[in-house]
Amino acid sequence: MGALAKPPVLEPGQEGTMVLNMGPQHPSTHGVLRLVLEIEGEHIVRLKPDIGYLHTGIEKTCEAKFYQQVVVLTDRIDYLCPLTNNLCYVLAVEKLLGLEVPAKAQWVRVLLNELSRISSHLVWLGTHALDIGAMSVFLYCFREREDIQRLFEMVSGQRMMTSYFRIGGLALEPPLGFFDRVRDFAGRFPERVDEYEDLLTANPIWVGRTKGVGRLSAGDAVALGATGPTLRASGVDLDLRRDMPYSGYENFRFRVPVSEDGDVFARYLLRVQEMRESIAMVRQALDGMPEGPVKAAAPKIVLPDREKMKTEMEALIHHFKIVTEGFAVPAGEVYQAIESPRGEMGYYVVSNGTAKPHRVHMRSPSFANLQLLPKMCEGLLIADVVAVIGSIDIVLGEIDR
Amino acid sequence: MPLDPAITDLAQLRDRPEVARLHAALPEVVRAARLDRGELTLWLDPASLREACSLLQSDPELRYDFLSDLTCVDWHPQEPRFEVVYHLLSLPRRRRVRLKVRLPGDGASVESLTSLWPAASFFEREVFDLFGVRFLGHPDLRRILMPDDWNGHPLRKDYPVEGYR
Repeated sequence: MGALAKPPVLEPGQEGTMVLNMGPQHPSTHGVLRLVLEIEGEHIVRLKPDIGYLHTGIEKTCEAKFYQQVVVLTDRIDYLCPLTNNLCYVLAVEKLLGLEVPAKAQWVRVLLNELSRISSHLVWLGTHALDIGAMSVFLYCFREREDIQRLFEMVSGQRMMTSYFRIGGLALEPPLGFFDRVRDFAGRFPERVDEYEDLLTANPIWVGRTKGVGRLSAGDAVALGATGPTLRASGVDLDLRRDMPYSGYENFRFRVPVSEDGDVFARYLLRVQEMRESIAMVRQALDGMPEGPVKAAAPKIVLPDREKMKTEMEALIHHFKIVTEGFAVPAGEVYQAIESPRGEMGYYVVSNGTAKPHRVHMRSPSFANLQLLPKMCEGLLIADVVAVIGSIDIVLGEIDR
Repeated sequence: MPLDPAITDLAQLRDRPEVARLHAALPEVVRAARLDRGELTLWLDPASLREACSLLQSDPELRYDFLSDLTCVDWHPQEPRFEVVYHLLSLPRRRRVRLKVRLPGDGASVESLTSLWPAASFFEREVFDLFGVRFLGHPDLRRILMPDDWNGHPLRKDYPVEGYR
């Protein structure tokens, strides 16, 4: 379709254009995004995103909770990668506290984050292909996503709202046999990625719908605050895992795919390659998994083991204190950014020295990436808007918070 | 990993490139500085915020070309009440800096950075929506998350968590 598109001759607001609402209940807007399109025939003259339909005031709620209670809220922000949100928040609070996390906890965090990235990319790939009309890819993607959800359920008891990372480590030791299950999955996943690629990469309809569509230059991407695969597909090589490592990412070897094309197809290829890199990192994490505790030795911050609570008076007291009063965090502020599947996810946490945060702000990658939409869509056809929305992989829960 | 004490003395931070370059070009623009937990924060004079950011963006030694985040903190009932917080990232240098401006509670407003970074647009609308801070020169300053006819600004500290009943 990209080849058919001609730039419109009309200026916005001129006679002859029509205003069309797309969403908020449109299946291809991935949630409740409303787009106000000004169109001339099938061509987009102007596009304005309208958000806020999913605003739940999470940032305000955080200010009324103890630090450890906020972890549960972070799951709900980006529901496709709850563990990434958990990680970003706990890293920020650990930095505020000056708390060192044991090596095993860090490695499990990396392992689960890369699985989250794969799971999130699978939802993206399935729905993106579905939007453009390749129905069957969705079924293949959700087959593997189901495997990952089961792994999450095994480790945390929950498929989606995991809340598995806690301030100071993990909620509990991964269960027996967990790492074997992950290794099993990591063994068969690469050929599954080949299957997705067989369905799409050389498919002439897919190529026709995505190549040359929604172009974004590197300059525009930087000016408009794009991050993640969207930025890298425009030729800017920034990956926070490599460039500003956190949680032990400096111990991992991986390639950061970058493309110069900046179109929907480039963003597609890049995310598929990222899945391959992620599964390689999962294998590295399994091979190098250190032994040791999964919680920091900080009894006033980390909840004691159930067993100790029943046998040790001290542990019982600490448990009671943490649950009823929380723990005070030294005054200060921290901006912790990590590489989520969608880009730079940043948590800005301000402490005033009490047990509740003074301010928690989430810099969500989708919120910034959404601003790219007008730039990429103007002059294209309405059908291409659907492809472009899919290609920036937005999650409305994260945009509206 | 015990916390190192924060450095809050501006004179001690003069040799940081951010402080040095800003001081050389615009004396008095840096009101205060703080190096805490490895993160550098500069409090800037709100009147010359745009000029200072333009320098940080274009200076060949600094090259803070990316606006990561923009938000606000309400310190009610203290005055000046609002602190608008900017997180800049330098893509070539892989460095971050945090800028802050303090604004009074009454008619809080500051220059918009949309002309330097179009990315600021949504972030400034969010701060306007949730805190009521106005950004002068913003091309489209409307509410973004709350409904257009909403009363009050929810993230202010004097706004109840349950909302007005």
